[in-house]
Amino acid sequence: MSASLSYGLFFMSRLLSKMEIDRRLVGLAVVLLIIWIGFDIASGGRFITPRNIFNLSVQTASVAVMACGMVLIIVTRHIDLSVGAILGVLAMIMGVVQTDFLPQFLDYNNPMTWALTVLVGIVIGAAIGGIQGMAVGYLGVPAFIVTLGGLLVWRGAAWWVTQGRTVAPLDQNFILLGGGIEGTIGATWSWIVAVIAIIAIIYAAIMERRRRLAFDFPVKPIWAEYTNTIIKAGLVLAVVATLNAYHLPTRAAQRILENKGIPVTAENIEISHGIAIPLLIVALVAIVLTIVVKRTRFGRYIFAIGGNPQAAELAGINVKRMTVAVFALMGVLCAISAAISSARLQSAGNDLGTLDELRVIAAVVIGGTSLAGGVGTIYGALIGALVMQSLQSGMALLGVDTSLQSIVIGLVLVLAVFSDKYFHRRYSDPTA
Amino acid sequence: MTDPNIDKNPLVEMRDIHVSFGGVKAVDGVSIDLYPGEVVGVLGHNGAGKSTLIKILSGAYQADSGQIVVDGKEAKIENARDARDNNIETIYQNLALADNLDATQNLFLGREFVDKLGFLDDAKMEHKAREVLHRLNPNFTKFTAPVSALSGGQRQSVAIARALLFEARVLIMDEPCAALGVHETKMVGDLIDKLKRDGLGILLISHDLHDVFDLSDRLHVMKNGKLVGSVRTEDVSHDDVLGMIILGKMPDHLLHLAGPGATNAATQ
Repeated sequence: MSASLSYGLFFMSRLLSKMEIDRRLVGLAVVLLIIWIGFDIASGGRFITPRNIFNLSVQTASVAVMACGMVLIIVTRHIDLSVGAILGVLAMIMGVVQTDFLPQFLDYNNPMTWALTVLVGIVIGAAIGGIQGMAVGYLGVPAFIVTLGGLLVWRGAAWWVTQGRTVAPLDQNFILLGGGIEGTIGATWSWIVAVIAIIAIIYAAIMERRRRLAFDFPVKPIWAEYTNTIIKAGLVLAVVATLNAYHLPTRAAQRILENKGIPVTAENIEISHGIAIPLLIVALVAIVLTIVVKRTRFGRYIFAIGGNPQAAELAGINVKRMTVAVFALMGVLCAISAAISSARLQSAGNDLGTLDELRVIAAVVIGGTSLAGGVGTIYGALIGALVMQSLQSGMALLGVDTSLQSIVIGLVLVLAVFSDKYFHRRYSDPTA
Repeated sequence: MTDPNIDKNPLVEMRDIHVSFGGVKAVDGVSIDLYPGEVVGVLGHNGAGKSTLIKILSGAYQADSGQIVVDGKEAKIENARDARDNNIETIYQNLALADNLDATQNLFLGREFVDKLGFLDDAKMEHKAREVLHRLNPNFTKFTAPVSALSGGQRQSVAIARALLFEARVLIMDEPCAALGVHETKMVGDLIDKLKRDGLGILLISHDLHDVFDLSDRLHVMKNGKLVGSVRTEDVSHDDVLGMIILGKMPDHLLHLAGPGATNAATQ
């Protein structure tokens, strides 16, 4: 039994390497699937529903965005413990900018307000991250210490912004970033996004194959190419179909129709949520960063530094400047996450993002990023974030105590890293 | 005995180099040279100053005084980039490669090919990598595996190919055969022979005589920061060289070649 299981795993591993699919990714997807199915059975079919999946996508967004940046930080052999606190201070600053500062120049709920607010957040986030990066890169203080200090400094600063007062209500356009009832793009646009995504997937596969064929390099077998593309496209369609299947509550739909002056009928009351704006932001951040990592010098150098800092330095890479840039990028992503989480709560409180640094780091580590540096993927971190949030939501759905939730999540984190190490050692194909 | 180098100019000369670290004279008035198509071993115990001397040539350290002459012209080498501009490439024992990147990525690290939009052109780089590595080592196939999955000899191939891509004319190799098996060592030896025939000058740094004796045409031996002497490999035995490394004693028949660090020459 165990021998056949072991053989089966080995066979799977060969098959996946033929298809050039990351084994780790498949392992994570399987874990996620088990969690989902397990909770679905335990909750009597309440977990895998359009509504819950939509909520998961919104709840995961803030941590997922920061996790993308944390991958790069950890790949360069650093750590950032201050992201939760930076999120807090940026949310407070953005709250004040949109409610107190900008209304002095713009009228209430001006469509420019949210954009300027986010821009201010991003600039200050980059500055905060950049300062921490300089302390790490140029002053040589270990990132652990700099960002541990940062955790205290920025959490304290979050309080100082308003002397502890919670900022609310926020700008009407800004709160759409949090994916509330109106913070979605609706059914039609969701399908359009799906079609664009599928075209991009096919185009990327064809271009990659052409490039390799042009130089007579070995390419994947064509069946693998088709299977890959069909799986990816199928996933996109499944996600969008699910999100579109979640309809607005009748009362909200009624209000929207009445505002538009459309008479309410039995059919048009079924308004789909579609893709939530925060999910769209996560997708955008992940795609941009994946391209940066795979296709730009900046990304290549991040991995080179993580693999061997001295070799990178000797190759003429400015490691110090790269460190500043990576931490500044982390700050920018904290600003985006701050916008998402404060918009979702429709208020900015100075404790926003507390303990997020741990959620983010856990997501990244579950996603297969090595704390030793040099190894990690953006998509792994996204799935890691989804695993964490699924566990938390699922247990909340089952009415598990918060204290027990923490215990379970803590154990899962350790187990995830252990099993990753174990399977990687045992079933990795050395020729791959 | 005719000297084959007599009608050539040296590729590189280091003249009267001095370096001290806080009062300790790490390199004390050492002069060495290297000709095209020549393999020269720089030997000495740990702490003899050979690494310091070589790091001055590769731009990692700066000399307190002394001259570096490349192709008959004095060169200023203040950092790794200056060394590269003078076609001097160094392959450090452990610092050469990023283990998590593949051979192609390592080869082009720091000067990647990019397309019109500024994105990395991986296919073009892999093409060039295959070309260069195939010339060095026809058995090399693992272009897309992380170099941590390569054997020691294959890693050296990648490191050397990297230097060649930079159009190195002077190649400095730090402990080129350390931690390599018999077969791997032979592979690196073959590589060095091939490069030599292409007219490169190669400096091999080692504390182990056996690694470099058979590969080298000449040996510079250092002890306590000084040059014991420079000898042609064919004129000396293993024991002669061991005497130079350990005792700083020049072989009697070559006393006229003794450097300032030769203990027996000083007492003459």
